[in-house]
Amino acid sequence: MTTLQTSAPAQAPAAYTPPLWARLQANRNWIALWFMLPAAAFLILFLAYPLGLGVWMSFTDERIGRSGIFIGLENYQWLWDDSIFWLSVFNTLLYTIIASAIKFAVGLYLALLLNRHMPFKAIIRAIVLIPFIVPTVLSAIAFWWIYDAQFSIISWSLIRLGLIDHNINFLGDSNWARASVIFANIWRGVPFVAITLLAGLQTVSPSLYEAATLDGATNWQRFRFITYPLLTPIIAVVMTFSVLFTFTDFQLVWALTRGGPVNATHLMATLSYQRGIISGRLGEGAAIATAMIPFLLAAIAISWFGMQRRKWQQGSNND
Amino acid sequence: MTDQALHSKSPSAAQTDDSAGMSYLESLPRRLVTLYLPLFVILVVLLFPFYWMGLTSIKPDEQLIDMEKFNPFWVVHPTFKHISKLLFETEYPRWLWNTMYVAVGATTLSIIASVLAAYAIVRLRFKGADAVGVLIFFAYLVPPSILFIPLASVIQAYGLFDSPLSLILVYPTLLIPFSTWLLMGYFKTIPYELEECALIDGASRWQILVKIVVPLAIPGLISAFIFSFTLCWNEFIYALTFLQSTPNKTVPVAIVNEFVDGDIYKWGSLMAGALVGSLPLVILYAFFVEHYVSAMTGAVKE
Repeated sequence: MTTLQTSAPAQAPAAYTPPLWARLQANRNWIALWFMLPAAAFLILFLAYPLGLGVWMSFTDERIGRSGIFIGLENYQWLWDDSIFWLSVFNTLLYTIIASAIKFAVGLYLALLLNRHMPFKAIIRAIVLIPFIVPTVLSAIAFWWIYDAQFSIISWSLIRLGLIDHNINFLGDSNWARASVIFANIWRGVPFVAITLLAGLQTVSPSLYEAATLDGATNWQRFRFITYPLLTPIIAVVMTFSVLFTFTDFQLVWALTRGGPVNATHLMATLSYQRGIISGRLGEGAAIATAMIPFLLAAIAISWFGMQRRKWQQGSNND
Repeated sequence: MTDQALHSKSPSAAQTDDSAGMSYLESLPRRLVTLYLPLFVILVVLLFPFYWMGLTSIKPDEQLIDMEKFNPFWVVHPTFKHISKLLFETEYPRWLWNTMYVAVGATTLSIIASVLAAYAIVRLRFKGADAVGVLIFFAYLVPPSILFIPLASVIQAYGLFDSPLSLILVYPTLLIPFSTWLLMGYFKTIPYELEECALIDGASRWQILVKIVVPLAIPGLISAFIFSFTLCWNEFIYALTFLQSTPNKTVPVAIVNEFVDGDIYKWGSLMAGALVGSLPLVILYAFFVEHYVSAMTGAVKE
């Protein structure tokens, strides 16, 4: 294709220079500019600009209905002494680490199960993904009802089984609330991890397992020395996404607890909404949101190196 | 590549036979314990909330709160009261319409922008195309949770506050990076020769895109479309922040805010609302399972 492009002007007589418009029409950079324009416009206006604006707002005392003035690091100093902010950081890390670890373990296990030979394989795989398809808020509402203090089906079942003697206050007690929210997040995230890892598993050649079996490898050894190494790159990418989306989660917690009881489940995102939009202190909310950026950069860096390593494994000509 | 996982099924029927080939090493009881039982447990946990949602939405009120007389896991005289109340006495149809309108609008805009961008990055190979590709990948990683506050003031400044149009304009920032990345994978699989032939025949870049590349990438477009549609339907924080008045809300926001009236009998309508709000996506999903899977795995593997 490159030869075609360069040879186009050569067809014309040597002395003749095509008019500017014709040259532009053949110029790839010029055409590409127009092709990129719509996407670039959206991403610059509503992504890059707000990203910068958010950082700027975190240095101002802007409130809803009043533009702010530059106050330096005051928002951050305020947050530094704010125990609720630190509680939200702790909650976010706890939420992310526990939920991601369990999502990974269960997701990988489920992927390995789904990769085995069984009847109705396609249907079972399709069913597994349903929690991921249904909007988070709507399934969170279902969990809200399942966790209800009075009519929880879990409490009811456990009482009937004789394991407990009174209802569990799932969303009213700090630790139960944390556990409940984390469980709902795991429930929603496992299908994504499982199905993407399954796609990776399917590319592993069965003959490797056959060879290993002939050599007397156990199930665990086959997993440890064939599946896991071949799957590492895709695990890196999937888990980065998973960590990223868990860390910045908002809707699940907002629908279930709104950060309560007594801020026990406030994540940084929900606290940012609470302070920024509900209380109207946009500057402070923006500062909390900006404080998430370093964590996100760390996650992106991990993702980047995961991808690099994958390219290296598959040879440089990845595309 | 994006569709390797999908296509690997058809050309390598022999391979699938191979994988079945080793399962004779396992006895049935063993398979029962190591495969079917855990799978069954996981599936029950994954599906129970939906069962519960559906069951609650057709349960009469007295059965909802009386768990002694009626077994809560079943319903005796199902009623459509909650669903009809939802559809005829609340603004639910309006919210459903808003959600649909926003999702279709934002998805269409994003797909158009993504097709153009992906084609430019993959095939025009302009100066800095790789860098732009990487930037778009990073845009995918910027979460709405750190953007909603500044975006609220941007939307306010443009005079779009409390208008579904604001969502149509903002959602593409979530969808374009994903769809572009997905479509880049599809476009890469289209042979250069086709384009070269068209160029020789005097087609312009635009004609090549519309008449050759897009028709060949239809599966990718469907994947991108339905996945983007799902993301729009699912999006919450922007809708919660930008939309204030009740009739303008989308389903997820309205459900969380409008039904929570402290009434003990709210659960029937709440669950009916959640069920009806999920159904369009589940139906769409049932028709396009393979496209969903390729969209999900494609964006991650690419």
